Amino acid sequence: MNAPVKFETTLKDWETDQEVRWCPGCGDYAILKAVQRTLPQLGSDPSNTVFISGIGCSSRFPYYMETYGFHTIHGRAPAVATGVKLANPDLDIWLVTGDGDGLSIGGNHMMHVLRRNVNMQIMLFNNEIYGLTKGQASPTSREGTKSPSTPLGSYDHPARPCAFALGSGARFVARGFDVSKKLPEVLIAAHAHQGAAFIEIFQNCIVYNKDVFNDFAAPKGADDRQLWLENGEPMLFAGGTKGIALDVDSLALKVVDVAEGDWQAAGVLVHDVTNRSIAHMLVELPFGPFPMALGVLYDDPRPTFEAAVIEERAKSSAGKDANLAKLLAKGQTWTVEAQEGHPTD
Amino acid sequence: MASLAAEILNSETPEAVVVRFAGDSGDGMQLTGGQFTLSTALAGNDLATFPDFPAEIRAPQGTLFGVSAFQINFGSREINTAGDAPDVLVAMNPAALKVNLPALKPGGLVIIDTGEFSKRNLDKAKYDVSPLDDGSLAKWDVLAFDISALTIEAVKPFGLGNKDALRSKNMWTLGLALWMFDRSRQPIEDWLKAKFKTKPDIADANIAALNAGHAYGETAELSGPLKQLHVPPVESTPGLYRTITGAEAISLGLVAGAQLAELPMFFGGYPITPASAILHHLARLKEFGVTTFQAEDEIAAICAAIGASYAGQLGVTSSSGPGIALKTEAMGLAIMTELPLVIVNSQRGGPSTGLPTKTEQSDLYQAVYGRNGDAPMPVVSCNSPGDAFECAVEACRIAVQYMTPVMLLTDGYIANAAEPWKVPDPADFASFPAKFLEEKNAGDTLLPYKRDAKGARPWIKPGTAGLMHRIGGIEKQVDTGHIDYAPDNHQAMTDARINKVLGVSVPDQEVALGETSGKLVVVGWGSTFGPIRRAVDNSRRKGLDVSHVHVRHIWPLPKNLGPLLRGFDNVLVPEMNTGQFKTVLRDQFLVDAKPLTKTSGQPFSIAELELAIGAFFDTVEGNEGGEVPVNETQLPSPEMDV
Repeated sequence: MNAPVKFETTLKDWETDQEVRWCPGCGDYAILKAVQRTLPQLGSDPSNTVFISGIGCSSRFPYYMETYGFHTIHGRAPAVATGVKLANPDLDIWLVTGDGDGLSIGGNHMMHVLRRNVNMQIMLFNNEIYGLTKGQASPTSREGTKSPSTPLGSYDHPARPCAFALGSGARFVARGFDVSKKLPEVLIAAHAHQGAAFIEIFQNCIVYNKDVFNDFAAPKGADDRQLWLENGEPMLFAGGTKGIALDVDSLALKVVDVAEGDWQAAGVLVHDVTNRSIAHMLVELPFGPFPMALGVLYDDPRPTFEAAVIEERAKSSAGKDANLAKLLAKGQTWTVEAQEGHPTD
Repeated sequence: MASLAAEILNSETPEAVVVRFAGDSGDGMQLTGGQFTLSTALAGNDLATFPDFPAEIRAPQGTLFGVSAFQINFGSREINTAGDAPDVLVAMNPAALKVNLPALKPGGLVIIDTGEFSKRNLDKAKYDVSPLDDGSLAKWDVLAFDISALTIEAVKPFGLGNKDALRSKNMWTLGLALWMFDRSRQPIEDWLKAKFKTKPDIADANIAALNAGHAYGETAELSGPLKQLHVPPVESTPGLYRTITGAEAISLGLVAGAQLAELPMFFGGYPITPASAILHHLARLKEFGVTTFQAEDEIAAICAAIGASYAGQLGVTSSSGPGIALKTEAMGLAIMTELPLVIVNSQRGGPSTGLPTKTEQSDLYQAVYGRNGDAPMPVVSCNSPGDAFECAVEACRIAVQYMTPVMLLTDGYIANAAEPWKVPDPADFASFPAKFLEEKNAGDTLLPYKRDAKGARPWIKPGTAGLMHRIGGIEKQVDTGHIDYAPDNHQAMTDARINKVLGVSVPDQEVALGETSGKLVVVGWGSTFGPIRRAVDNSRRKGLDVSHVHVRHIWPLPKNLGPLLRGFDNVLVPEMNTGQFKTVLRDQFLVDAKPLTKTSGQPFSIAELELAIGAFFDTVEGNEGGEVPVNETQLPSPEMDV
């Protein structure tokens, strides 16, 4: 249903006349550009595209996109977007949220939009901090994060967005990061997926949580620390010298060395985006012992919510006469006849 | 003034009778009441009902808090309330007797199922001695017999076990009641056959029980206190009638409103008592372009409705007080983004979870004032099940014409109560087709917040070619809708929102009964209509200079309401809250509105209203000296005695 006709646009066509108001150096700029670069490739029609957001730095996004846009309230964007999609399933909807908006105040709605499988792209900008409210620890902040609300370091356990999404029943889960050149590819895959497509995008908050993703996102040594997953390809990294295999004794993933490119001999797994069991392991892979799993982790579509709603409405309406006068007079009725000397009105 | 029970029961053709069916919550009393209502409506009586049931689905059997009751007042004259006190009480077990007996008029008739008066059930009802034996029922006519045994006997041929057989007890009782008031059994038989289409044995057993109860009446008439009464039909405006509950009427009104706006309707709801019935009704009306969405919570329900409105449908959401509280922030978003939305609030006792199944009017402040920021919103309130239809249409009209959320206030009493309803002709309602902006509205520029003569901004559906724009909860720049925090702009936009709502066209306030000036006006809103109307009518018949004004448009108020109220020496505002509308009237019109408040979870009785009215007149006995009570909290409010 997304953009049945390919539209010819350029990056410029997706820019608004509004001044972008993120902090200089914010990762949001890179994501904005990546999205504006992706939409012409998708052949999307700006008139048919809607960006819907909640509250937070990331949620300013719609103001900078020359499309329809709805900047809603904190955490509720998935619910608003669900109503928009049900009212007009032909619209191409992009949801923009953050770790606080989407996993804290709006965690409930995030869970339900994913399990219902409403067709839209959900971009969760994860900067592991509350930015717009000046730097408090967020539900994805690492333990020990010092912030105005956690002066001695945070002590609650962080949520893992992709694990949350998969656990909620998402049928598409992907990961990317702000300055990655591969982000448009991930967005294109998400768009191609019919249903709720969840994309966690690591985003550098230059002011309150600076460079917190550098351990894997920094260009230097990136190849050793990033595992880019491709459907049908072996799970290799570090220039093909290492790979991910399944330890059958512990039913867990492990890093194996690959000698002379013979990944098969090393037992390296071939990525199958429809394998939900492996997806559960990939979203849980701890960074450090493992590289950061990036790209499309899981993609296995099933019927969308809006399709089910349309089908149910058709079934429920079949053979019924939508006659209001008849509806009002339904059930057991009686007639009071006009009496002589009694007004008839 | 209420007639004596004996007088009514000894008359062969009483003008009106109040009957209360009471039993355990598993006894099917609501069903019995509902079917008795239908047969009474078909017999041409005017009527009003009051279902009163516990919050628990299956409260422990036989307990006092598990008692479920259904009261109906029917007559050959206009009926405004479910009646202050019953003339006839049907008590299906000791607990039902204990809870409901205090309400029964002296000299009234109580019909008792002795089959349930075991030691165990008496204990559960906290009776040390059976009231059947200790003479405590002396001031009433008692008809006590073993309905349970008679029912088992009647359904014997159908081979049901005792437990299943006893389920037909309510139909036996209904049969007796139908005989007592000379009602046709046919509609009930038809209903049973339809209900148990796939289980003809069960249908037959229930019909047998119904017939047995009816036959019992015929036989007992010869020997006991039981007499057949004939309540003649009421003289009504000619036309087609049906019975309707408030929840049904609101659902139908919303469907009609969406059709008059030429819009599909999107209904976002979340289960809550007593509002869920609207979701249930609409879920079965999809052929009218209705989408129902049971959301994950109250917030999602309203947010999805806002999303649907944004995309060009008529968004509707519905809840009760606690759920409305959760929706509050999203209402602000709808106000800020100026999108049409109807929010139905089926009020119940509060605060917090409060009294889920009991009625109250205590969400008026919440409706009018209850949001952050200066957040004006039109509020419409319905006064009866039938009136709810028109009010729902009115709420849709205002929402669409003024691009605004509108709150429609109803309450638990209206939602569940039934009354005869003259079926309206949809052609009698003026349509208000929604208009969508299709092209730029300022030359080459799109101004999403450019206002029309009514102050409404254009409705622009996403998907419309070339009209891309952004909206949101941040303050909007005049005309352009861009983000703008500038002082003058916020002032201008605040004024624009306030003035738009104040400018909503609202019909002039009419007087429901009486004059346009005088000694006393009783001002009501919502479901107090019935008791106020009857109390004012009774008082006027006694020669008191009192009139009744009932307000549908709570916000904005009708323009002539202030001058109208100032034409009276005294203004009395009865409300099922602690005086909320009184505050609004005082604030808006500087009139000395006096409250008469009640928060017992029960509707006003006519008697307590008459007493309060009488207190303003020195000609009324007991008021020598002519002192009008001025202490607002000390007005006579004898609800505890009723």
